[in-house]
Amino acid sequence: MLKTGQVVELGIPARAEFVALARLLVSAMASSDTLLPDDRIDDLKIAVSEACTNAIEAYAGRDAVERVLVRCHAHHDRLEIDIEDRGEGFDPAALPDHPPVTDPDRLKFERGLGIPLIRALVDEVEFSSSGGGTAVRIVMWHSDSVGNGRVGG
Amino acid sequence: MELGLDVTERNGYAVLAVFGEVDVYTAPHFRERLIELVSEGKHRIVVDLEGVDFLDSTGLGVLVGGLKRLRSHDGDLSLVCTQNRILKVFEITGLTKVFDIHDSVDAAVTP
Repeated sequence: MLKTGQVVELGIPARAEFVALARLLVSAMASSDTLLPDDRIDDLKIAVSEACTNAIEAYAGRDAVERVLVRCHAHHDRLEIDIEDRGEGFDPAALPDHPPVTDPDRLKFERGLGIPLIRALVDEVEFSSSGGGTAVRIVMWHSDSVGNGRVGG
Repeated sequence: MELGLDVTERNGYAVLAVFGEVDVYTAPHFRERLIELVSEGKHRIVVDLEGVDFLDSTGLGVLVGGLKRLRSHDGDLSLVCTQNRILKVFEITGLTKVFDIHDSVDAAVTP
């Protein structure tokens, strides 16, 4: 089981084949935390995959192989995951809305589902983005902490 | 990480069974196979997701792109999926209303 305060960091090359490795790390960390049930670990894996995919795409067009940092921080009441890149950055508030699913134009949108998925799947997410990169912080509260005084720790 | 893609013919449908993890790395292979099938004139396609362990929005994008391509040929693409963890991403994104999702290949290929 994870100990409070334990931090594990992984720097992956910003290439598509390494997203699975980021998922593996987060899954292993979360699995050792017995207070996070399996379906929440599945949710976390998707969210981390989406954030890492966006981070890799933020480096698109650069010649050098950049890195994406994945940091897992175990708190006594929650698991925090940070995903950081030094790419172009984006404005999360400026993302276009998708047409409703009943609209035939909905099929024009093959992309842009990642951030809505992250927001739906995790307990908390925060995007900090600038020209110098993007940091995504994902928080998953332990089952016995949800709705039971979510205070920092 | 390899993505398994297995095509069979059933009752006039091309059934594309997908195995493994669908993410930004494996999705291009999945997309290419779907495009190949359409190019071969297979315009009624069932994608069987029962062997998929993981699927994120890149996989959804491949399926939406495939459906769009098939509809432009008066075809259709339906799915087979009973796994809650996979169905969940379709539900969150509203795509359960875009795709016909069946609980077996038999149900998907029965007119």
